[in-house]
Amino acid sequence: MTFLPKPKLHHPELPTNAIGLTRRDYEGAISTLCAGCGHDSISAAIIRACFELALPPHRIAKLSGIGCSSKTPTYFLGQAHGFNSVHGRMPSVLTGANLANRDLIYLGVSGDGDSASIGLGQFAHALRRGVNMVYVVENNGVYGLTKGQFSATSDRGSKSKKGAVNADSPIDLAGLALELGASFVARSFSGDREQLVSLLKAALLHPGAAIIDCISPCVAFNNHAGSTKSYDYVRHHNEAVNRIEVITGREPIAVDYAPGTTVAVTQHDGTVLRLRKLAADYDIEDRSAAINFLESRRREGEIATGLLYVEPGAEDLHTHLGTLETPLNALDEAALCPGADALAAINAALR
Amino acid sequence: MPQPLASVNDFVVKFANVNGSGSASANRLFARAIQRMGIPATPRNIFPSNIQGLPTWYEVRVSEAGHLGARGGVDLMVAMNPQTWDQDVAAIDAGGYLFFDSTRPIPRSRLREDITLLGLPLTEICNRAYADPRERQLFKNIIYIGALAALLELEIPVVETLLAEQFKGKEKLIAANLHALHLGRDEARAHLPCPIGLTLRRSDGVGDRIFIDGNSAAALGAVYGGATVAAWYPITPSTSVAEAFERYCRRTRIDPATGKNRFAIVQAEDELAAIGMVIGAAWNGARAFTATSGPGISLMQEFLGLAYFAEIPAVIFDVQRGGPSTGMPTRTQQADVLLCAYASHGDTKHVLLFPQDPAESFAFGATAFDLAERLQTPVFVMLDLDIGMNERLCAPFAWDPARRYDRGKVMGFDELESGRDFGRYLDLDEDGIPWRTYPGAHPTRGAFFTRGSSKDRYARYTEAGAAYADNMQRLALKFETARGLVPRPLRHDAPEGSRLGVIYYGSTSPAMDEAADLLAARGTAVDRLRIRAFPFHDDVVAFIREHETVFVVEQNRDAQLRSLLLIEAEIDPARLKRVLHYDGTPITARFIAEAIAEHVALSRIAPLRKATP
Repeated sequence: MTFLPKPKLHHPELPTNAIGLTRRDYEGAISTLCAGCGHDSISAAIIRACFELALPPHRIAKLSGIGCSSKTPTYFLGQAHGFNSVHGRMPSVLTGANLANRDLIYLGVSGDGDSASIGLGQFAHALRRGVNMVYVVENNGVYGLTKGQFSATSDRGSKSKKGAVNADSPIDLAGLALELGASFVARSFSGDREQLVSLLKAALLHPGAAIIDCISPCVAFNNHAGSTKSYDYVRHHNEAVNRIEVITGREPIAVDYAPGTTVAVTQHDGTVLRLRKLAADYDIEDRSAAINFLESRRREGEIATGLLYVEPGAEDLHTHLGTLETPLNALDEAALCPGADALAAINAALR
Repeated sequence: MPQPLASVNDFVVKFANVNGSGSASANRLFARAIQRMGIPATPRNIFPSNIQGLPTWYEVRVSEAGHLGARGGVDLMVAMNPQTWDQDVAAIDAGGYLFFDSTRPIPRSRLREDITLLGLPLTEICNRAYADPRERQLFKNIIYIGALAALLELEIPVVETLLAEQFKGKEKLIAANLHALHLGRDEARAHLPCPIGLTLRRSDGVGDRIFIDGNSAAALGAVYGGATVAAWYPITPSTSVAEAFERYCRRTRIDPATGKNRFAIVQAEDELAAIGMVIGAAWNGARAFTATSGPGISLMQEFLGLAYFAEIPAVIFDVQRGGPSTGMPTRTQQADVLLCAYASHGDTKHVLLFPQDPAESFAFGATAFDLAERLQTPVFVMLDLDIGMNERLCAPFAWDPARRYDRGKVMGFDELESGRDFGRYLDLDEDGIPWRTYPGAHPTRGAFFTRGSSKDRYARYTEAGAAYADNMQRLALKFETARGLVPRPLRHDAPEGSRLGVIYYGSTSPAMDEAADLLAARGTAVDRLRIRAFPFHDDVVAFIREHETVFVVEQNRDAQLRSLLLIEAEIDPARLKRVLHYDGTPITARFIAEAIAEHVALSRIAPLRKATP
């Protein structure tokens, strides 16, 4: 953690993206998290993903709950509006924001306490409604700001820094998201930046509820021997099912892989997700297989990462509700107020 | 036996029924028919938290003078529920009337000597006329309406017209209902002393008034007020606000070109999510509301504090019911006043609006959105079950075609582009209200971080005491600004004026208006002030100062509005007398008049000079 103000000077030859912005234009205030915190790597990955996709930063709304993870939206996308809401309730605030303006990109940032404990209900319902968003859980298995209590994603048998052993079953947020009908479910690791950046890019382009459960070690309270969310543990047990490339239509497909090792998923809105399979017979569009796979990996003590499931024809909440294409917050009296004559007719029918 | 009650166009009829027996629509038909004769009539549905089987009552107040509140007492009881027979018979005023099903003999011990008995063998009549059990049940209701028409001289053609309107296009049903209606009328004429002392005579007392429930009116207000996002969780007695909003939106808010909706309604997983969605939508520039009742408000506390502190508009329709806890879900109270006024932890204060009837529920329902956006804060529209779930005659809804929404202080792209200084919590206009921007407004200017933690005027996180205090003082100043923007109280002084004042609000209003007449008839004049909003206008303090004794009439145990007056206006507690009604039934004119008369009588016990013999 540092109190030094972040310099605003740019290197004159910093590369720019398709809308003429440099990566620095996607940064935020300087982080106040602990040095080495996995969450900072996730912030960096978000910056890179948005830069590489050339998203206009101000057209992203970043929302969070409460906790270390939920502080991070301050540290990226400084030109985007942010909303640090209340503990466990980011999903409802994001849902409301999305209803008001369907034209923005919604990035929800949460933690394991925020999403798996106090906010499990809202986590579940936002996913089952198909809110068009990227929901990132920065999952460290521990309450950081209150100094080291177990969270609901801590594995049974995992040891706290003070030596206590967790006896409760963990909640697997990716597994739960699959059950709940999320149309894009991924797991990643903050220590695997390449994987995380490509998953974030794919999630940002997914026209539905996209969740990334990102294991993100807490260097202060959960990075010791005996923890199953430490850098060492996750590095040794990370089992990626695929590597992903995101094709937005502008770029030609650059790399050729051997036939049968890649699969292309064309989404509802035309974007193509190209996956390089690492597990040969893994079917990215089979929800129940994904659930079984997660369970089998869990039994082996492995952590399955990568894009676990995607529903190519995913539709979002607005489609279900039949909302106008024009954002609701852009409608004026003429579009909203039925007027005095209509009221006279309503009065007449009430006599 | 006392003289049987005699009155034209001024009495109370109460129906005692079994829930789920189809009685409510028959009873409504009765009330509507009286209104169509031009006589003001107000129904009140007193129902249990139950779908079928428990006792339910339907009271119709007939008042040529236009009193729409509950009066108290019963002149004619239509006793159709054996479960509640004894209490229903006991409720009748001396000299009153009891209409009942005399198919089975009723022992004298369960009847009264001081009332007129009007027994008709309804079950027997139905069994004779209908074979199907469901028809026997449904048409029994119409048969007693026919009998009542004969007893009270309710014009049969008016009832016939209403039935024809109700079953338009279903000719078979119309014929069947007319048959039952005539059957009841003829049986009553043949066997009962028609008419009784209570009669109906055509009048012009209804005028251009409309008949609607407060929840539908509030929902229509939200449509007119430009609400586009509604998030809610089902809870009695507020559910029909959301349902009516959807109904009106389907009629008036479908985009003609695309067939798509200019609204979004989400039934949330709970009240926390409902208010969270409202706050998210309002933060993003849409007008949004939720509708709930006391238990929902309890659940929303944390978010309400966020909306207060982060300064986000929100409109909450609180249709109050009997508390605390689950309390009496289907009974009425005004018991959420303090809960809403100070909702959430820390120093918070919220704007409350108190509509008295459906007309004001519509008006305040629309205005609440202007206030919420102007003030960037939650605004509560405080209905209750009595207003919300009962249809009431009220002034027709009005809308000025020139009216424009007050979207409050919002800097758009042009203002940001022009280089105007933007700090989310800067008080540029010295009214405590800062400027805001919507997300996505400008590529490089106007973005800020919204949070529930303390911040400086540029929305930067800070725990510096001075910055925190500065922000809290500005919020207090903003609440002062609200005082000048909310609906003013309405004052009705007695013709000669009085040293006695009465303060009241919300659904108490029609009963209070009648109570003032009752008191005047007994020689006690009172000046009245109807509070329509919190924060309290200066007129409220002036009114209290001008009167020796001020009664605060309300429907809760703890005199919540009185407490709010004591706290906020720093009134001497001795000045404000409590008149409290909180058994879950609507407050009545007789109750208020008696409570005030009793107090006046007691205060005359020790006169300053001896009374002349």
